[in-house]
Amino acid sequence: MSEKLRGYGLFALVALLLLVVAPLVLPPFRLDELAKYLCFAIVALGIGLAWGQGGMLTLGQGVFFGLGGYAMGMYLKLHDAGPGGLPDFMEWSGVETLPAFWKPFANPVVALAAVVLVPVAVALLLGTLVFRQRVRGAYFAILSQALAAAFVILLVGQQGLTGGTNGLTNFYDIFGQDPEAESTQRSMYFVTALVLGVLYLGARQLVKSRFGRLLVAVRDGEDRVRFLGYNPATVKTITFAISAGMAGLAGALFVPVVGIISPSLLGVVPSLELVVAVAIGGRYALAGAILGAIIMNYAKTGFSEEFAGGWLYLQGALFILVMTLAPKGAIGVYHQARDALARRRRPPAAEDDAPVPQKQEVPA
Amino acid sequence: MRKAFLRRMAALAILPSMLLTACGGESGENASGGADGNTIKVGLLHSLSGTMAISEVTVRDAELLAIEEINAAGGVLGKKLQPVVEDGASDWPTFAQKAQKLIRKDKVATVFGGWTSASRKAMLPVFERNKALLWYPVQYEGLESSPYIFYTGATTNQQIVPGLDYLKEKGKKKVFLVGSDYVFPRTANKIIKAYAKANGMEILGEEYTPLGHTEYSTLVNKIAQAKPDAVFNTLNGDSNVAFFKQLKSAGITAAQMPVMSVSVAEEEVGGIGIDNIVGHPVAWNYYQTTPGAANEKFVKAFKAKYGAKKVTSDPMEAGYNAVYLWAEAVKKAGSTDVAAVKKAAGGIALERPEGLVTIDGSNQHMYKTARIGVIQPDGLIKEVWNSGKPIKPDPYLKTYPWATGLS
Repeated sequence: MSEKLRGYGLFALVALLLLVVAPLVLPPFRLDELAKYLCFAIVALGIGLAWGQGGMLTLGQGVFFGLGGYAMGMYLKLHDAGPGGLPDFMEWSGVETLPAFWKPFANPVVALAAVVLVPVAVALLLGTLVFRQRVRGAYFAILSQALAAAFVILLVGQQGLTGGTNGLTNFYDIFGQDPEAESTQRSMYFVTALVLGVLYLGARQLVKSRFGRLLVAVRDGEDRVRFLGYNPATVKTITFAISAGMAGLAGALFVPVVGIISPSLLGVVPSLELVVAVAIGGRYALAGAILGAIIMNYAKTGFSEEFAGGWLYLQGALFILVMTLAPKGAIGVYHQARDALARRRRPPAAEDDAPVPQKQEVPA
Repeated sequence: MRKAFLRRMAALAILPSMLLTACGGESGENASGGADGNTIKVGLLHSLSGTMAISEVTVRDAELLAIEEINAAGGVLGKKLQPVVEDGASDWPTFAQKAQKLIRKDKVATVFGGWTSASRKAMLPVFERNKALLWYPVQYEGLESSPYIFYTGATTNQQIVPGLDYLKEKGKKKVFLVGSDYVFPRTANKIIKAYAKANGMEILGEEYTPLGHTEYSTLVNKIAQAKPDAVFNTLNGDSNVAFFKQLKSAGITAAQMPVMSVSVAEEEVGGIGIDNIVGHPVAWNYYQTTPGAANEKFVKAFKAKYGAKKVTSDPMEAGYNAVYLWAEAVKKAGSTDVAAVKKAAGGIALERPEGLVTIDGSNQHMYKTARIGVIQPDGLIKEVWNSGKPIKPDPYLKTYPWATGLS
């Protein structure tokens, strides 16, 4: 019981920090950066679900982030261009009529639905094809990574349709607001924080449900689950689709927050960075994934501002330090500290009353 | 167990301390304005990491040199310039965010930055919406004229068009186009095709490879079979190394099939290997060998600061110029206020290493002299042709009848 209470207390504390303290303390520019970190935290939450709970090491989450981001970007571009108008990059790329697949995105409802539905559909298709064939472990990781690489090549190659390397940028109007105005950035921050909070609670509920137990069971012994009569492919496909939907939503929020979506955000490296962030935060806990994404991105900004020349080394050092000294990430360290304190408070005789079961290490 | 745990706690203790050091500069958060006390803050935003770092670091170095020289000569409006350097990390969204940081947190008076068109396109809305100034130092594909950007590199009619004029003058009728797959090569080739159509030239092929591509044997075969008189090369970065190497191993020489490059300068020649590229022409507005007292001084100062083996190139010189041109505009305006600087900038003419540079107030581009050069066995570039006088910038090619319908 006290465990549960403590969980809610922590959640309330973090919510208070994000929704009340941060907007009061941080200057507008820093708040906007925090909004960006929270977008990545949403993707990380999805990775935490798929990888930490389900054992699916997805190295191509950038694809879903991109699908959501581009859906949003396409709507904003068409909105700026006005009826019948072409987005600016099409004009200089020699495209004279609006391509058919762009047309539905002029409607905000369609675009917002596509933000979630397109990534989910792609993930469902991919999951059905892949998990039924019992592709897992390193093979799944490689496949998802290849997907990210292919997606980037496609986007860059089709400059007239996608904006090429430049991506989609220069938005003038975000649902009636000026994207660079402080008030817009502030409200985007709140929207992002709320979405993250809701998704976190939802994911937590999911993990605690029967489905969640099944998911962990699939992670720790897929064949055993199959012999018990469940279909692991279905469980994995659904989870993968949920994590893809989260990434799509994050991408869509990222566009108004930062003001650009480009292939450099979706390739292999950014996708890997997010997995690294989840590992740093602690992949076995959903909160760890979020924490990791915030720590990593905060460190990235902080290091690069202070040491513009060599910040990448520091970031690498941070990763190596965490992985060698605390393989279960920041949350793992927290759990250990908590257990150690509890043990110290109790008389040594009571030591035998159920130590917290260690979670099994799973080969990625 | 206990010991292992202690070790982990130590790691935990290191984490926040690392983050704290990283944010030591936060105290400057409320510094008021780009011009406070005795300094004027200016932002330098280039990629110091990632694929573009190798090129962009040299531009940053040239800009730092200009700032140092201006400070040594007494600064601007009696105040010293204080550079705030940020890393764009070869990542366009990072450029947008760092630009915002420089404008809003550091409150710099102006920013010098960017290299790739993608980084400029990403920064453009940030500068326009915040009404701040960006000085962009690299030749680019034109078709743009933001009121908050000064373009100190060449636009198409000061580099690509003269390059084509040169090929035409040399009687090269059949041309093959090779480029990296992004906005600059694609737009440049669109212009080249329109030019070719109007000038009786024939385009035998147009090929694009992804940025960073290094496998060129197929493409070189294609070129060898097409037998063009010349190749127009808009490849960027490392790709040039592989392309020129494979061209040479296929036995194609500069004498029989010159490759005109617009993104290969002194800095890149060393990386490509002088043997692989010697004799091929390039189109720019400045070379290390460009005669004149201003250039002698620039080359000497640059070598003194960064080492005798360093070379100077066109984008570096354009970055170096940008700082001087901005400083001149500030002096003329009597303030660092963006609107006042923009107003004062038009018509400013300075004798720079490349020759006379004048700011065209109407589109915020520069009058620049076009120069065609040939790569020499010592790795430097010798000028073989120039436009005689600075060419008026025409980013939308409005004064060229063959270019109607391009923009």
